[in-house]
Formats: sequence, structure tokens, C-alpha cells
Amino acid sequence: MELLDLSRITLEEMLLRRRGLRRQLLTREGLQKIRVAVLGGSTTNELVDLLEILLLGCGFCPVFYQSEYGRYYEDAVLEPQTIADFKPDIAYIHTCSLNIQGFPPVSCRETDFGGFVQAEVNRYRSIWTSISEAVGCQMVQNNFEPPFSAVLGNLDAVSPGGATRFINELNRCFSLEAAANPRLTLQDLFSISARVGLSHWYDRERWFSYKIAHTVEGSFAIASSLAALVRAMYGRTRKVLVLDLDNTLWGGVIGDDGPDKIVLGRETPLAEAYTAFQEYCLSLRERGVLLAACSKNDEELAEQGFSHPDSVLKLEHFSAFKANWEPKHENILEIARELSLSVDSFVFVDDNPAERSIVEAQIPSVAVPNVGNDVANYSSIIEAERYFELLSLGKEDTSRAKLYEENAQRAQLEQKFANYGEYLDSLEMTAEIGLFSSTYIERIAQLTNKSNQFNLTTRRYTLAEIEDTMSDGRHIGIYGKLADRFGDNGLVSVVLGTTEGRELHLDLWLMSCRVLKREMEIATLDCLVERAKDKGITAIVGYYLPTAKNGMVADHYNKLGFALVSKDEASGATVWSLETSNYAARSRHIKILEPVHG
Amino acid sequence: MDSLLTEVQDIFRAVFDQPDLVVVRESNAATIDGWDSLAHINLIVAIEKKFQIKLSLSELQDLKDAGDIIDLIHTKLKTKQF
Repeated sequence: MELLDLSRITLEEMLLRRRGLRRQLLTREGLQKIRVAVLGGSTTNELVDLLEILLLGCGFCPVFYQSEYGRYYEDAVLEPQTIADFKPDIAYIHTCSLNIQGFPPVSCRETDFGGFVQAEVNRYRSIWTSISEAVGCQMVQNNFEPPFSAVLGNLDAVSPGGATRFINELNRCFSLEAAANPRLTLQDLFSISARVGLSHWYDRERWFSYKIAHTVEGSFAIASSLAALVRAMYGRTRKVLVLDLDNTLWGGVIGDDGPDKIVLGRETPLAEAYTAFQEYCLSLRERGVLLAACSKNDEELAEQGFSHPDSVLKLEHFSAFKANWEPKHENILEIARELSLSVDSFVFVDDNPAERSIVEAQIPSVAVPNVGNDVANYSSIIEAERYFELLSLGKEDTSRAKLYEENAQRAQLEQKFANYGEYLDSLEMTAEIGLFSSTYIERIAQLTNKSNQFNLTTRRYTLAEIEDTMSDGRHIGIYGKLADRFGDNGLVSVVLGTTEGRELHLDLWLMSCRVLKREMEIATLDCLVERAKDKGITAIVGYYLPTAKNGMVADHYNKLGFALVSKDEASGATVWSLETSNYAARSRHIKILEPVHG
Repeated sequence: MDSLLTEVQDIFRAVFDQPDLVVVRESNAATIDGWDSLAHINLIVAIEKKFQIKLSLSELQDLKDAGDIIDLIHTKLKTKQF
């Protein structure tokens, strides 16, 4: 079994053959080690078993610490050193409604209700504070599902003595806490349980027998959602939705039926369903997922589909558009080249099972959900896979599609200049380059986990680790933002070095591929050398660690004028050095602005 | 009953990841390597899924060896048909 596609394995199979699957998955190369501490209010072994398989399936090699059953509070607040010694990257506090201690009595008065809520929230606050201080890792805390029994019936959601009302209020408070604390990520157990269905969620036999609160289906839903959050933390979420056109975005075949005869709009149930799916795709685009079209069609005809008066999607919503008669997998590879994104960030949606299986076989790293051929189900099938999970909705996400649009305009402009330097000048680029600051820390951590191509060492950092480099006095961390006449590219460059005596060793140098060939790396080096000199550094040492994806920067330090120190023939890793004493600033095409934020 | 023993043996082999494991009616937690309380939960889930049955609290309590499990499955399947 060379390629193990977990999405094709049923939950039953996964449970039955878990140990064998685990053994096979562990033999895969390039797994990323992560350490996860699970602090549970119930027996968490089954959940952790499933999570382990799911994480192995998406390229992680997890190591777990599990608190004894029900000891989540004691472990976190009274004995946090045990967890700290485990050195987790993530602490997952998994409690459920059955663990709530301070339910108000059924006779509770409105005036006392808030006090009960605060007491319970404070218990969790002390857990989060203790872990933040003693361990300093990223935390995931789930909110609560509706109670197992609601003795007041519908009134349970209204009365201050109702368990349902109490849980709703706790969940509201947890959301506010998570929104205000970048180290606290909320897992929405409330919605997860609703999607599974409460009657398939709680398992009384298992609770009384083993103190497992949920059914196997429940455990699996929790594990899947947590695996998606972990993927998001490490930037392994998908970024592009590649869409077929005929019978996917509209009903009918535009080449046979004609542009005015495709099924779209509000006139029939089927037309409504296609319109609803288009609206879903558009909403994904608005939150930062790029759309691409990939259709076997005449290009001109295919484009006309988006001029249909009822088409919610317009041509400009697509960051790439391929309508031709070439095989779809080749078109997808071409789209990846155009967008400078790797195919492992792609999801391909097509109603035709033959096209799905070709793409799946030819490019296994593309996600190909089995959407069937009923448009009414496409969006829920895509959403259940949690491809596009995200931790926070930044400006970056909501304006990403626009950024790629601007890139297309820049590419057109580029063709008009004979001399590349002249082109760069015409872009009127301005950069803000400065030391890491708290304003940008989330984006910096996000970039270290997302960038694969222009990334010299591919080291991943959590938010907490980046924070530490800012305060320990041993590191120099530099970010760069780049804007031009077409728009702001945002924070695109990160360099991080550790000082050792009079040398600065570069742990990290990465850049977003959307600003390739803009000489941003030169402007960054100018600033880095300046900051290094301020600290008395005489030599900067750079490292290139090759991966399957970062071949484009093999020559990075050479191009910047570093001298080769050594090369490891087996791995291809290289070490480079640059003396700072004679360095003169080299940036010519980018105007450097002073940082706006501290 | 013999075919049930074979089916149960298949489940044990998969759950314990031991393809050559031989299960007899007398097999219990002491004779099968790795049959601890957590593996027991996995076994029960696998059996419930495979035979589409749900074991009750009292039924779960009295399982001492593979023979008990096989007998219980047998009883559950018989009552399921009516």
C-alpha cells in the first residue's frame, strides 16, 4: 500500500485496522513531528487514536501526552510542570457538557445567573492562564454541546436554571475569550455535535463503562475537526478551489445547449441549486479561497456562461481560467504554475467521476472530494472535508483574491518594458522593513508555516515561539511589507537569526512567492545587515536545507553575495557566510519607509 | 458457531495487528498480548460495528474471554432476526 488515502477508508475500517494503519503510515517519509498534550474531562484514548491516524494521514507525526481521566483541571492548574516537561506544541483541553461543574440550580434567579456563568468561565480562565504561563504553547479549547438532558424542555433555553441556557451563555463567553486571546483557539463542539446529531452523539453505556462521553462517530467528528485545526496552525490548509463548469457550476452543456440555455437562476429547483452552489463558491472566494476554472470546453463559449444574467460568479472572480481540450490534470498543473502555488493546496470539484479519477490518479496531492453529481450536495460535501479551515480571518484572507488579480495586472505591465529594472521602477514599490513587532506577530507565524517554495530552511514556528524570539535578546527577527502602485502585498518577508558571539546564524529566510523577482530580498538584506551591525555582528551565516519544494532558492545566498562555506554532498544542504564590515546597501528599486508600528 | 469464531478471530487479528493470532474460546486478556482495558474498548466497538449490534451495560460487564464474546454475539444475532 504505497499511497494510503484515508478519505477512502470508512470509520469502521479505521477503527478495526488502526494499529496496522498506524504502522503503515509511520513508514512514510518527511513526517513533521508535533507534540500534543490532551487534557481531558473524559477518557480520551479513542479520540487520540483517531486523531493520530488522521494527523499521520496529513503528514504529521504526533506524539501525545494524555492526562488521566478527568484530571484536566488538576494537570493544568496544580501540576502544570508535568505538561511543561512534555514540551507540547499544542495543548488541547477537551471537556464536554458532562464536565461542567457549576450548573445553576433549577430554581436559579435571573440576578444570580451571571455569577454561575462567571464562576465556570473563571475555572477555565485559570486553566488557560496557567498553561500560558507555565507551558507557553498554543491552546485549543472546545466549547460545549447542548446538555444530555434538558429537564425544562423548551424552557431549558430560557430559564436561568436551564442547563441549555447556561451552556449557551458559557459558549458565548468562550467565543469572546478566544477572539481576544491569539494563543487560544476555539473548537466549536457545539456545531460539531449538531452536525452529528445529539441522538448519535452521547453514548451512555460508554460513559458509565469507560467514561468515554461520545459515540465513535462523535469521537471521529471531534478528531477530524481537531486535525483540521492542526493543519491550519501549520499552514497546511488548501487555498484553491478548481471548478469544472458544465453540470458543476451550471446545469447543461454550454457547448451543446448554448450560453442562453444553461440552467441557472431561480426559475426551477435545479436552477436554484446551481445558483446556490455558485453563491457558496463566491463566499469561499470572499474569505480568501482562490477560484479557478478547469473545463473541457471552447474557451470563448465557456466564458460566455459567466455573462449569463443569472450567473452569480463573474469571469473576474476566477484567478485562473482554463477552458480547452487538454487533459484536466495538465490544466491543473498549469494553473498551479500561473498562481505560483503548489498543487497540494488545490481542491478539484467535478461532477464527472471519470475526470475526478484521472486527476486523483495523476496528481495524488490534489484533493478530489467525491461530490457525486447532485449539485444540491456539492457544498456540504466540500465543507465536511474542512479543506479551508482557518484560525483567524485576517485582512490577508479577505483580500487575497484581489492580490492575485493585481498580480495579473503587473504581469501585463511587465511585457511593456524592455529593461527589467525599468519595469521595477514603474511599479513604484515601497517597503516597510523592521524588527518583529506584536502587530504583525500572527501574520509572521502564519507565513513561517505556510511558505514552502521561497523558504531556505522550512522551519515552522508557533505564535508562542515567535513571541519568545522577540523577548529573549538573542534573536534578530525582521519582517518586510511591500506595496506598489497596484496595491499592498502585505507582510511578505520574514528573516530570523540567532546571535552567537559576533555571528548571526539565520534560522529562517522566507518570502511569499507573490513578490518573486521584485528585489525584495535585496532590500531585506540591506536592513538585516544594518540591524546586525547595530548589534556588533561581523558575519552573517545563512543555511539552505533542500526540500521537495524549495529548489528555487538553492542559489539565494550566492545571488546575495554570500560566500560558500560548506556543502553536505548527501543532503545538498549548504552553508554560506557574509562579512558585514564592507557591506554597502544595494537596494535600487524599492523605497524604504520607516515602520509605522513600534 | 465455528464460523463466528473465525469472524471474531479476524476482528482480533485486525485490532491487535497480529495476522497470525489464533483465537480459541478460552482466549482471554492474560493469553492475548495487548488485550488491556483500552484494547478491550476497541474490540467491543469493532464487534458492535461488524455485527451491527449494541451491547448493553449488563452484557458488557460479564465478558471474561473470547467464548463469552462469541456466545453473546450469537444470542444478540438470534434475537435480532425476530
